[in-house]
Amino acid sequence: MSAVLEFVAASGAITLAAFEQVGRLWLFTWRSIFALFRPPYYWRLMGQQILRIGYYSLPVVGLTAFFTGGVLALQIYIGSDRYGAEAFVPQIVVLGITRELGPVIAGLMVAGRVAAAIAAEIGTMRVTEQIDALTTLSTNPIRYLVVPRLIAAVITMPILVAIADSIGVLGGYVVATTTLNFNGSVYLKNSIDFVTNEDIYSGLIKAAVFGFIIALMGCYSGFNSKGGAQGVGTATTNAVVAASILILAANYLLTSLLFVR
Amino acid sequence: MTQPKVELRGVKKSFGSKVVLDGVDLVLGNGESLVVIGGSGTGKSVMIKCVLGILRPDAGQIFVDGEEVTDLHGRARDHMLKQFGMLFQGAALFDSLPVWENVAFGLIQGHGVKRKQARDIAIEKLAKVGLSADVAMLSPAELSGGMQKRVGLARAIAADPKVIFFDEPTTGLDPIMADVINDLIISTVEDLGVSTLSITHDMASARKIADRIAMLYRGKIIWQGATEQIDQSGNPYVEQFIHGRAEGPIQMELRR
Ligand SMILES: Nc1ncnc2c1ncn2[C@@H]1O[C@H](COP(=O)(O)OP(=O)(O)O)[C@@H](O)[C@H]1O
Ligand SMILES: [Mg+2]
Repeated sequence: MSAVLEFVAASGAITLAAFEQVGRLWLFTWRSIFALFRPPYYWRLMGQQILRIGYYSLPVVGLTAFFTGGVLALQIYIGSDRYGAEAFVPQIVVLGITRELGPVIAGLMVAGRVAAAIAAEIGTMRVTEQIDALTTLSTNPIRYLVVPRLIAAVITMPILVAIADSIGVLGGYVVATTTLNFNGSVYLKNSIDFVTNEDIYSGLIKAAVFGFIIALMGCYSGFNSKGGAQGVGTATTNAVVAASILILAANYLLTSLLFVR
Repeated sequence: MTQPKVELRGVKKSFGSKVVLDGVDLVLGNGESLVVIGGSGTGKSVMIKCVLGILRPDAGQIFVDGEEVTDLHGRARDHMLKQFGMLFQGAALFDSLPVWENVAFGLIQGHGVKRKQARDIAIEKLAKVGLSADVAMLSPAELSGGMQKRVGLARAIAADPKVIFFDEPTTGLDPIMADVINDLIISTVEDLGVSTLSITHDMASARKIADRIAMLYRGKIIWQGATEQIDQSGNPYVEQFIHGRAEGPIQMELRR
Protein backbone atom coordinates (compact mmCIF):
# COMPACT_ATOMS: atom_id res chain seq x y z
CA MET A 1 0.00 0.00 0.00
CA SER A 2 2.66 2.48 1.02
CA ALA A 3 4.68 1.46 -2.02
CA VAL A 4 1.71 2.44 -4.15
CA LEU A 5 1.41 5.76 -2.36
CA GLU A 6 5.10 6.38 -2.79
CA PHE A 7 4.79 5.66 -6.47
CA VAL A 8 1.87 8.03 -6.81
CA ALA A 9 3.72 10.71 -4.87
CA ALA A 10 6.85 10.26 -6.92
CA SER A 11 5.06 10.37 -10.26
CA GLY A 12 3.09 13.35 -9.02
CA ALA A 13 6.31 15.17 -8.19
CA ILE A 14 7.75 14.33 -11.60
CA THR A 15 4.59 15.53 -13.33
CA LEU A 16 4.66 18.78 -11.38
CA ALA A 17 8.31 19.32 -12.23
CA ALA A 18 7.55 18.67 -15.89
CA PHE A 19 4.71 21.18 -15.86
CA GLU A 20 6.94 23.69 -14.15
CA GLN A 21 9.55 23.27 -16.87
CA VAL A 22 6.98 23.68 -19.61
CA GLY A 23 5.58 26.73 -17.88
CA ARG A 24 9.00 28.32 -17.59
CA LEU A 25 9.82 27.62 -21.22
CA TRP A 26 6.48 29.09 -22.24
CA LEU A 27 7.10 32.25 -20.25
CA PHE A 28 10.60 32.59 -21.65
CA THR A 29 9.26 32.14 -25.18
CA TRP A 30 6.66 34.85 -24.74
CA ARG A 31 9.09 37.28 -23.20
CA SER A 32 11.45 36.67 -26.11
CA ILE A 33 8.76 37.13 -28.74
CA PHE A 34 7.58 40.27 -26.98
CA ALA A 35 11.14 41.62 -26.99
CA LEU A 36 11.44 40.87 -30.72
CA PHE A 37 9.05 43.69 -31.45
CA ARG A 38 10.51 46.32 -29.18
CA PRO A 39 13.63 48.40 -29.70
CA PRO A 40 16.49 48.79 -29.02
CA TYR A 41 17.90 46.32 -31.53
CA TYR A 42 21.53 45.35 -31.39
CA TRP A 43 22.45 45.21 -35.08
CA ARG A 44 26.15 44.56 -34.53
CA LEU A 45 25.38 41.53 -32.39
CA MET A 46 22.88 40.32 -34.94
CA GLY A 47 25.49 40.53 -37.68
CA GLN A 48 27.95 38.58 -35.54
CA GLN A 49 25.37 35.91 -34.88
CA ILE A 50 24.42 35.59 -38.55
CA LEU A 51 28.07 34.90 -39.25
CA ARG A 52 28.39 32.40 -36.42
CA ILE A 53 25.13 30.58 -36.91
CA GLY A 54 24.97 30.69 -40.68
CA TYR A 55 28.34 31.03 -42.28
CA TYR A 56 30.28 28.71 -40.02
CA SER A 57 27.60 26.03 -40.29
CA LEU A 58 27.98 25.84 -44.07
CA PRO A 59 30.64 23.10 -44.21
CA VAL A 60 28.80 20.76 -41.84
CA VAL A 61 25.44 21.29 -43.46
CA GLY A 62 26.87 21.01 -46.97
CA LEU A 63 28.69 17.76 -46.30
CA THR A 64 25.78 16.06 -44.57
CA ALA A 65 23.39 17.17 -47.32
CA PHE A 66 25.70 15.80 -49.99
CA PHE A 67 25.94 12.36 -48.44
CA THR A 68 22.24 12.29 -47.64
CA GLY A 69 21.32 13.04 -51.24
CA GLY A 70 23.75 10.38 -52.41
CA VAL A 71 22.48 7.65 -50.13
CA LEU A 72 18.89 8.56 -50.94
CA ALA A 73 19.53 8.05 -54.67
CA LEU A 74 21.18 4.72 -53.97
CA GLN A 75 18.42 3.42 -51.71
CA ILE A 76 15.61 4.50 -54.00
CA TYR A 77 17.33 2.87 -56.92
CA ILE A 78 17.79 -0.39 -55.06
CA GLY A 79 14.26 -0.29 -53.62
CA SER A 80 12.41 0.65 -56.80
CA ASP A 81 14.36 -1.98 -58.74
CA ARG A 82 11.77 -4.47 -57.50
CA TYR A 83 9.01 -2.65 -59.40
CA GLY A 84 11.11 -1.62 -62.33
CA ALA A 85 10.61 2.00 -61.28
CA GLU A 86 14.29 3.02 -61.26
CA ALA A 87 13.59 5.94 -63.55
CA PHE A 88 11.92 7.84 -60.72
CA VAL A 89 15.11 8.27 -58.70
CA PRO A 90 15.60 12.00 -59.56
CA GLN A 91 11.99 12.90 -58.73
CA ILE A 92 11.96 11.10 -55.40
CA VAL A 93 15.35 12.44 -54.38
CA VAL A 94 14.42 16.05 -55.07
CA LEU A 95 11.12 15.65 -53.28
CA GLY A 96 12.65 13.96 -50.26
CA ILE A 97 15.43 16.50 -49.99
CA THR A 98 13.41 19.69 -50.38
CA ARG A 99 10.43 18.64 -48.33
CA GLU A 100 11.99 16.64 -45.49
CA LEU A 101 15.63 15.75 -45.44
CA GLY A 102 17.13 19.12 -46.33
CA PRO A 103 15.47 20.99 -43.47
CA VAL A 104 15.64 18.13 -40.97
CA ILE A 105 19.28 17.22 -41.54
CA ALA A 106 20.34 20.86 -41.57
CA GLY A 107 18.18 21.49 -38.50
CA LEU A 108 19.73 18.64 -36.54
CA MET A 109 23.28 19.53 -37.53
CA VAL A 110 22.81 23.19 -36.66
CA ALA A 111 21.12 22.15 -33.40
CA GLY A 112 24.23 20.20 -32.47
CA ARG A 113 26.54 23.01 -33.40
CA VAL A 114 24.68 26.18 -32.57
CA ALA A 115 22.26 25.31 -29.76
CA ALA A 116 25.23 23.87 -27.86
CA ALA A 117 27.40 26.90 -28.49
CA ILE A 118 24.65 29.33 -27.49
CA ALA A 119 23.82 27.38 -24.31
CA ALA A 120 27.48 27.18 -23.32
CA GLU A 121 28.09 30.87 -23.89
CA ILE A 122 24.95 32.14 -22.18
CA GLY A 123 25.25 29.51 -19.44
CA THR A 124 28.74 30.73 -18.63
CA MET A 125 27.46 34.29 -18.60
CA ARG A 126 24.75 33.19 -16.17
CA VAL A 127 27.02 31.42 -13.68
CA THR A 128 29.64 34.18 -13.78
CA GLU A 129 26.92 36.80 -13.11
CA GLN A 130 27.45 38.52 -16.45
CA ILE A 131 23.70 38.38 -17.08
CA ASP A 132 23.05 40.08 -13.74
CA ALA A 133 25.67 42.64 -14.71
CA LEU A 134 23.73 43.41 -17.90
CA THR A 135 20.64 44.14 -15.84
CA THR A 136 22.50 46.51 -13.53
CA LEU A 137 23.83 48.34 -16.58
CA SER A 138 20.24 49.05 -17.67
CA THR A 139 20.36 46.50 -20.48
CA ASN A 140 17.63 43.91 -20.86
CA PRO A 141 19.40 40.53 -21.17
CA ILE A 142 16.62 39.09 -23.33
CA ARG A 143 16.89 41.94 -25.79
CA TYR A 144 20.68 41.93 -25.74
CA LEU A 145 21.32 38.18 -25.83
CA VAL A 146 18.22 36.35 -27.02
CA VAL A 147 16.74 38.58 -29.71
CA PRO A 148 19.87 38.83 -31.90
CA ARG A 149 20.30 35.06 -31.82
CA LEU A 150 16.64 34.37 -32.56
CA ILE A 151 16.56 36.74 -35.52
CA ALA A 152 19.89 35.53 -36.85
CA ALA A 153 18.81 31.88 -36.67
CA VAL A 154 15.42 32.52 -38.27
CA ILE A 155 17.05 34.43 -41.13
CA THR A 156 19.98 32.10 -41.75
CA MET A 157 18.34 28.69 -41.45
CA PRO A 158 16.26 29.04 -44.65
CA ILE A 159 19.37 30.17 -46.52
CA LEU A 160 21.32 27.22 -45.16
CA VAL A 161 18.52 24.87 -46.14
CA ALA A 162 18.28 26.31 -49.65
CA ILE A 163 21.99 25.56 -50.00
CA ALA A 164 21.54 22.13 -48.43
CA ASP A 165 18.73 21.37 -50.92
CA SER A 166 20.97 22.17 -53.86
CA ILE A 167 23.89 20.19 -52.49
CA GLY A 168 21.61 17.28 -51.58
CA VAL A 169 20.27 17.10 -55.14
CA LEU A 170 23.86 17.34 -56.34
CA GLY A 171 24.77 14.39 -54.12
CA GLY A 172 21.98 12.35 -55.71
CA TYR A 173 23.10 13.48 -59.14
CA VAL A 174 26.71 12.45 -58.54
CA VAL A 175 25.73 8.99 -57.31
CA ALA A 176 23.15 8.49 -60.07
CA THR A 177 25.45 9.50 -62.89
CA THR A 178 28.61 7.81 -61.66
CA THR A 179 27.31 4.47 -60.33
CA LEU A 180 23.70 4.08 -61.50
CA ASN A 181 24.19 4.88 -65.20
CA PHE A 182 21.84 7.86 -65.33
CA ASN A 183 22.29 10.45 -68.02
CA GLY A 184 23.30 13.69 -66.31
CA SER A 185 21.16 16.18 -68.23
CA VAL A 186 18.10 13.94 -68.13
CA TYR A 187 18.55 13.50 -64.36
CA LEU A 188 18.71 17.24 -63.78
CA LYS A 189 15.82 17.98 -66.14
CA ASN A 190 13.63 15.40 -64.39
CA SER A 191 14.51 16.86 -60.98
CA ILE A 192 13.81 20.44 -61.97
CA ASP A 193 10.63 19.71 -63.89
CA PHE A 194 9.21 17.68 -61.07
CA VAL A 195 9.88 19.87 -58.06
CA THR A 196 7.30 22.60 -57.38
CA ASN A 197 7.68 25.94 -55.66
CA GLU A 198 5.52 24.61 -52.89
CA ASP A 199 7.97 21.79 -52.18
CA ILE A 200 10.77 24.28 -51.78
CA TYR A 201 8.85 26.89 -49.81
CA SER A 202 7.50 24.32 -47.38
CA GLY A 203 11.07 23.25 -46.64
CA LEU A 204 12.16 26.84 -46.12
CA ILE A 205 9.25 27.52 -43.77
CA LYS A 206 10.28 24.49 -41.77
CA ALA A 207 13.85 25.82 -41.74
CA ALA A 208 12.77 29.13 -40.24
CA VAL A 209 10.80 27.34 -37.52
CA PHE A 210 13.76 25.06 -36.77
CA GLY A 211 16.02 28.10 -36.56
CA PHE A 212 13.70 29.62 -33.98
CA ILE A 213 13.69 26.37 -31.97
CA ILE A 214 17.48 26.07 -32.04
CA ALA A 215 18.17 29.60 -30.85
CA LEU A 216 15.35 29.51 -28.31
CA MET A 217 16.44 26.25 -26.71
CA GLY A 218 20.08 27.33 -26.64
CA CYS A 219 19.17 30.59 -24.93
CA TYR A 220 16.63 29.04 -22.57
CA SER A 221 19.01 26.34 -21.34
CA GLY A 222 21.79 28.86 -20.97
CA PHE A 223 19.63 31.28 -19.01
CA ASN A 224 18.53 28.55 -16.64
CA SER A 225 21.88 26.92 -16.00
CA LYS A 226 22.92 26.66 -12.37
CA GLY A 227 26.09 25.97 -10.49
CA GLY A 228 29.46 26.05 -12.14
CA ALA A 229 31.10 24.27 -15.05
CA GLN A 230 28.97 21.19 -14.51
CA GLY A 231 25.77 23.20 -14.71
CA VAL A 232 26.89 24.73 -17.99
CA GLY A 233 27.70 21.25 -19.31
CA THR A 234 24.22 20.03 -18.40
CA ALA A 235 22.66 23.09 -20.01
CA THR A 236 24.57 22.43 -23.22
CA THR A 237 23.42 18.82 -23.40
CA ASN A 238 19.86 19.78 -22.59
CA ALA A 239 19.83 22.42 -25.29
CA VAL A 240 20.90 19.99 -28.01
CA VAL A 241 18.58 17.20 -26.89
CA ALA A 242 15.57 19.47 -26.48
CA ALA A 243 16.19 21.29 -29.75
CA SER A 244 16.57 18.01 -31.66
CA ILE A 245 13.39 16.50 -30.23
CA LEU A 246 11.41 19.67 -30.80
CA ILE A 247 12.69 19.90 -34.37
CA LEU A 248 11.50 16.38 -35.17
CA ALA A 249 8.15 16.95 -33.46
CA ALA A 250 7.68 20.29 -35.19
CA ASN A 251 8.64 18.68 -38.48
CA TYR A 252 5.82 16.19 -38.17
CA LEU A 253 3.38 18.91 -37.21
CA LEU A 254 4.45 21.17 -40.07
CA THR A 255 4.28 18.36 -42.61
CA SER A 256 0.74 17.58 -41.58
CA LEU A 257 -0.19 21.27 -41.70
CA LEU A 258 1.53 22.03 -45.01
CA PHE A 259 0.78 18.92 -47.02
CA VAL A 260 -2.24 17.11 -45.67
CA ARG A 261 -5.40 18.64 -47.02
CA MET B 1 15.91 62.48 10.39
CA THR B 2 17.32 62.78 6.89
CA GLN B 3 16.01 60.70 4.02
CA PRO B 4 17.85 57.38 3.74
CA LYS B 5 19.28 56.58 0.32
CA VAL B 6 18.20 52.96 0.32
CA GLU B 7 15.97 51.19 2.78
CA LEU B 8 14.93 47.56 3.12
CA ARG B 9 11.85 46.72 5.18
CA GLY B 10 11.07 43.16 6.11
CA VAL B 11 12.57 41.74 2.92
CA LYS B 12 12.07 37.99 2.56
CA LYS B 13 13.35 35.64 -0.06
CA SER B 14 13.25 31.84 -0.27
CA PHE B 15 14.38 29.41 -2.92
CA GLY B 16 12.03 26.46 -2.80
CA SER B 17 11.87 25.43 0.84
CA LYS B 18 15.17 27.13 1.65
CA VAL B 19 14.63 30.42 3.45
CA VAL B 20 17.50 32.78 2.67
CA LEU B 21 16.26 36.21 3.76
CA ASP B 22 13.79 36.16 6.61
CA GLY B 23 12.78 39.77 7.12
CA VAL B 24 15.80 42.01 6.56
CA ASP B 25 15.52 45.58 7.81
CA LEU B 26 18.40 47.81 6.82
CA VAL B 27 19.01 51.49 6.09
CA LEU B 28 21.77 52.94 3.95
CA GLY B 29 22.17 56.62 4.75
CA ASN B 30 23.13 59.33 2.27
CA GLY B 31 26.90 59.40 1.77
CA GLU B 32 27.33 56.53 4.17
CA SER B 33 29.62 53.54 3.78
CA LEU B 34 27.83 50.53 5.19
CA VAL B 35 29.33 47.08 5.34
CA VAL B 36 27.24 43.96 5.83
CA ILE B 37 29.19 41.02 7.19
CA GLY B 38 28.10 37.42 7.37
CA GLY B 39 29.27 33.92 6.59
CA SER B 40 29.33 32.39 3.14
CA GLY B 41 25.90 31.44 1.92
CA THR B 42 24.00 33.60 4.42
CA GLY B 43 22.32 35.50 1.61
CA LYS B 44 24.41 38.65 1.36
CA SER B 45 24.47 38.55 -2.42
CA VAL B 46 20.79 37.67 -2.55
CA MET B 47 20.05 40.77 -0.46
CA ILE B 48 21.86 43.07 -2.89
CA LYS B 49 20.23 41.40 -5.87
CA CYS B 50 16.82 42.03 -4.34
CA VAL B 51 17.58 45.74 -4.12
CA LEU B 52 18.75 45.85 -7.72
CA GLY B 53 15.73 43.89 -8.92
CA ILE B 54 17.77 40.97 -10.24
CA LEU B 55 15.77 38.87 -7.80
CA ARG B 56 12.18 39.58 -6.71
CA PRO B 57 11.68 39.53 -2.94
CA ASP B 58 8.85 37.28 -1.76
CA ALA B 59 7.76 39.87 0.78
CA GLY B 60 8.82 43.21 2.17
CA GLN B 61 9.57 46.56 0.59
CA ILE B 62 12.57 48.38 -0.81
CA PHE B 63 12.84 52.15 -0.99
CA VAL B 64 15.27 54.37 -2.86
CA ASP B 65 15.18 58.04 -1.86
CA GLY B 66 11.96 57.29 0.00
CA GLU B 67 10.18 55.90 -3.06
CA GLU B 68 9.16 52.31 -3.22
CA VAL B 69 10.96 50.41 -5.96
CA THR B 70 10.10 46.83 -4.99
CA ASP B 71 7.92 46.10 -8.00
CA LEU B 72 9.44 48.41 -10.58
CA HIS B 73 10.15 46.81 -13.90
CA GLY B 74 10.94 47.66 -17.49
CA ARG B 75 11.92 51.25 -18.24
CA ALA B 76 11.21 52.47 -14.71
CA ARG B 77 13.60 49.86 -13.28
CA ASP B 78 16.26 50.74 -15.87
CA HIS B 79 15.90 54.37 -14.94
CA MET B 80 16.29 53.61 -11.24
CA LEU B 81 19.35 51.44 -11.95
CA LYS B 82 21.10 54.35 -13.65
CA GLN B 83 22.01 55.71 -10.25
CA PHE B 84 23.44 52.39 -9.09
CA GLY B 85 26.83 50.85 -9.72
CA MET B 86 27.68 47.30 -8.82
CA LEU B 87 30.96 45.47 -8.45
CA PHE B 88 30.27 41.75 -8.68
CA GLN B 89 32.01 39.09 -6.64
CA GLY B 90 33.81 37.60 -9.64
CA ALA B 91 33.93 40.98 -11.42
CA ALA B 92 31.46 39.56 -14.02
CA LEU B 93 33.22 41.27 -16.90
CA PHE B 94 31.82 40.55 -20.36
CA ASP B 95 34.45 38.28 -21.84
CA SER B 96 33.28 38.91 -25.39
CA LEU B 97 34.18 42.60 -25.14
CA PRO B 98 37.52 44.38 -24.66
CA VAL B 99 38.22 46.06 -21.33
CA TRP B 100 37.31 49.57 -22.46
CA GLU B 101 33.95 48.43 -23.81
CA ASN B 102 33.23 46.71 -20.52
CA VAL B 103 33.82 49.96 -18.69
CA ALA B 104 31.88 51.97 -21.26
CA PHE B 105 29.01 49.47 -21.50
CA GLY B 106 26.56 51.32 -19.27
CA LEU B 107 27.39 54.64 -20.93
CA ILE B 108 26.82 53.29 -24.45
CA GLN B 109 23.79 51.09 -23.79
CA GLY B 110 22.10 52.79 -20.86
CA HIS B 111 22.97 56.46 -21.34
CA GLY B 112 23.26 56.63 -25.12
CA VAL B 113 26.79 58.06 -25.14
CA LYS B 114 28.59 57.78 -28.52
CA ARG B 115 31.21 55.04 -28.68
CA LYS B 116 34.15 57.36 -29.27
CA GLN B 117 33.28 59.61 -26.38
CA ALA B 118 32.44 56.63 -24.14
CA ARG B 119 35.86 55.22 -24.88
CA ASP B 120 37.59 58.37 -23.68
CA ILE B 121 35.55 58.29 -20.50
CA ALA B 122 36.40 54.61 -20.05
CA ILE B 123 40.13 55.32 -20.31
CA GLU B 124 39.77 58.14 -17.81
CA LYS B 125 37.93 55.83 -15.36
CA LEU B 126 40.54 53.13 -15.85
CA ALA B 127 43.19 55.67 -14.89
CA LYS B 128 41.19 56.38 -11.71
CA VAL B 129 41.57 52.75 -10.67
CA GLY B 130 45.24 52.73 -11.56
CA LEU B 131 45.11 51.04 -14.95
CA SER B 132 46.89 52.45 -17.98
CA ALA B 133 45.35 53.02 -21.40
CA ASP B 134 47.03 49.99 -22.96
CA VAL B 135 44.95 47.73 -20.72
CA ALA B 136 41.88 49.12 -22.47
CA MET B 137 42.36 47.03 -25.59
CA LEU B 138 42.96 43.74 -23.77
CA SER B 139 40.31 41.12 -23.27
CA PRO B 140 39.21 40.51 -19.65
CA ALA B 141 40.55 36.96 -19.79
CA GLU B 142 44.08 38.36 -20.14
CA LEU B 143 43.89 40.13 -16.77
CA SER B 144 44.75 38.90 -13.28
CA GLY B 145 42.04 38.66 -10.62
CA GLY B 146 43.07 41.95 -9.03
CA MET B 147 43.06 43.75 -12.36
CA GLN B 148 39.64 42.31 -13.19
CA LYS B 149 38.33 43.69 -9.91
CA ARG B 150 39.72 47.09 -10.81
CA VAL B 151 38.07 46.98 -14.22
CA GLY B 152 34.86 45.96 -12.47
CA LEU B 153 35.26 48.96 -10.20
CA ALA B 154 35.88 51.24 -13.17
CA ARG B 155 32.72 49.86 -14.80
CA ALA B 156 30.75 50.43 -11.59
CA ILE B 157 31.76 54.11 -11.39
CA ALA B 158 31.70 54.82 -15.15
CA ALA B 159 28.25 56.35 -15.26
CA ASP B 160 28.73 58.44 -12.09
CA PRO B 161 26.33 56.51 -9.87
CA LYS B 162 24.91 57.75 -6.57
CA VAL B 163 25.06 54.36 -4.89
CA ILE B 164 27.64 51.63 -5.34
CA PHE B 165 27.32 48.04 -4.16
CA PHE B 166 30.44 46.00 -3.62
CA ASP B 167 30.00 42.24 -3.46
CA GLU B 168 33.00 40.78 -1.65
CA PRO B 169 35.46 43.19 -3.26
CA THR B 170 38.52 41.60 -1.66
CA THR B 171 37.63 37.91 -1.71
CA GLY B 172 40.12 35.81 -3.62
CA LEU B 173 42.83 38.48 -3.69
CA ASP B 174 46.19 38.40 -1.92
CA PRO B 175 46.32 40.63 1.19
CA ILE B 176 48.26 43.39 -0.52
CA MET B 177 45.99 43.54 -3.55
CA ALA B 178 43.03 43.38 -1.15
CA ASP B 179 44.31 46.47 0.59
CA VAL B 180 44.89 48.23 -2.72
CA ILE B 181 41.25 47.57 -3.57
CA ASN B 182 40.19 48.84 -0.13
CA ASP B 183 42.09 52.07 -0.72
CA LEU B 184 40.57 52.42 -4.16
CA ILE B 185 37.11 51.99 -2.72
CA ILE B 186 37.76 54.62 -0.07
CA SER B 187 39.21 57.11 -2.53
CA THR B 188 36.48 56.67 -5.13
CA VAL B 189 33.84 57.04 -2.46
CA GLU B 190 35.46 60.25 -1.27
CA ASP B 191 35.84 61.59 -4.81
CA LEU B 192 32.30 60.84 -5.88
CA GLY B 193 30.52 61.42 -2.57
CA VAL B 194 28.44 58.30 -3.09
CA SER B 195 26.71 55.97 -0.66
CA THR B 196 28.11 52.47 -0.64
CA LEU B 197 26.88 49.12 0.57
CA SER B 198 29.58 46.50 0.70
CA ILE B 199 29.25 42.89 1.69
CA THR B 200 32.18 40.88 2.83
CA HIS B 201 33.45 38.33 5.27
CA ASP B 202 36.88 39.95 5.30
CA MET B 203 36.99 41.77 8.66
CA ALA B 204 40.15 43.73 7.82
CA SER B 205 38.41 45.13 4.77
CA ALA B 206 35.20 45.81 6.72
CA ARG B 207 37.01 47.76 9.43
CA LYS B 208 38.86 49.79 6.86
CA ILE B 209 36.04 50.88 4.56
CA ALA B 210 32.99 50.96 6.85
CA ASP B 211 31.37 53.84 8.69
CA ARG B 212 28.89 51.37 10.03
CA ILE B 213 28.73 47.57 10.11
CA ALA B 214 25.72 45.26 10.15
CA MET B 215 25.75 41.52 10.54
CA LEU B 216 23.46 39.19 8.60
CA TYR B 217 22.74 35.81 10.16
CA ARG B 218 19.96 33.35 9.41
CA GLY B 219 18.21 35.78 7.12
CA LYS B 220 18.08 38.67 9.60
CA ILE B 221 20.24 41.62 10.60
CA ILE B 222 21.22 40.56 14.12
CA TRP B 223 23.47 43.48 15.00
CA GLN B 224 24.44 46.87 13.64
CA GLY B 225 26.56 49.71 14.89
CA ALA B 226 29.42 52.08 14.19
CA THR B 227 32.69 50.46 13.12
CA GLU B 228 34.40 51.51 16.37
CA GLN B 229 31.75 49.67 18.40
CA ILE B 230 32.19 46.31 16.79
CA ASP B 231 34.72 45.12 19.36
CA GLN B 232 32.28 45.97 22.16
CA SER B 233 29.19 44.63 20.45
CA GLY B 234 28.34 42.32 23.34
CA ASN B 235 26.77 40.06 20.76
CA PRO B 236 28.12 36.51 20.91
CA TYR B 237 27.47 35.93 17.19
CA VAL B 238 29.38 39.04 16.19
CA GLU B 239 32.21 38.19 18.59
CA GLN B 240 32.55 34.73 17.17
CA PHE B 241 32.51 36.05 13.60
CA ILE B 242 35.03 38.85 14.01
CA HIS B 243 37.44 36.60 15.84
CA GLY B 244 36.89 33.75 13.44
CA ARG B 245 36.30 31.05 16.07
CA ALA B 246 34.97 27.64 15.19
CA GLU B 247 33.23 27.38 18.59
CA GLY B 248 30.32 29.57 19.48
CA PRO B 249 26.63 30.11 18.84
CA ILE B 250 27.05 30.09 15.05
CA GLN B 251 26.88 26.51 13.90
CA MET B 252 28.35 25.99 10.47
CA GLU B 253 25.86 24.22 8.30
CA LEU B 254 28.08 21.49 7.02
CA ARG B 255 25.13 19.68 5.53
CA ARG B 256 22.66 21.34 3.25
N1 LIG C 1 19.19 31.94 -8.00
C1 LIG C 1 19.24 31.10 -6.94
N2 LIG C 1 18.52 29.96 -6.94
C2 LIG C 1 18.54 29.13 -5.89
N3 LIG C 1 19.26 29.33 -4.78
C3 LIG C 1 20.01 30.44 -4.71
C4 LIG C 1 20.04 31.38 -5.78
N4 LIG C 1 20.87 32.40 -5.44
C5 LIG C 1 21.32 32.09 -4.20
N5 LIG C 1 20.82 30.93 -3.75
C6 LIG C 1 21.08 30.31 -2.45
O1 LIG C 1 20.93 31.30 -1.47
C7 LIG C 1 21.92 31.16 -0.47
C8 LIG C 1 22.62 32.47 -0.23
O2 LIG C 1 23.40 32.78 -1.36
P1 LIG C 1 24.30 34.08 -1.44
O3 LIG C 1 23.47 35.29 -1.24
O4 LIG C 1 25.03 34.00 -2.73
O5 LIG C 1 25.32 33.91 -0.24
P2 LIG C 1 26.49 34.88 0.19
O6 LIG C 1 26.12 35.40 1.53
O7 LIG C 1 27.72 34.02 0.27
O8 LIG C 1 26.61 35.94 -0.84
C9 LIG C 1 22.84 30.05 -0.91
O9 LIG C 1 22.54 28.90 -0.17
C10 LIG C 1 22.50 29.83 -2.36
O10 LIG C 1 22.60 28.48 -2.68
MG1 LIG D 1 27.95 36.19 -2.34
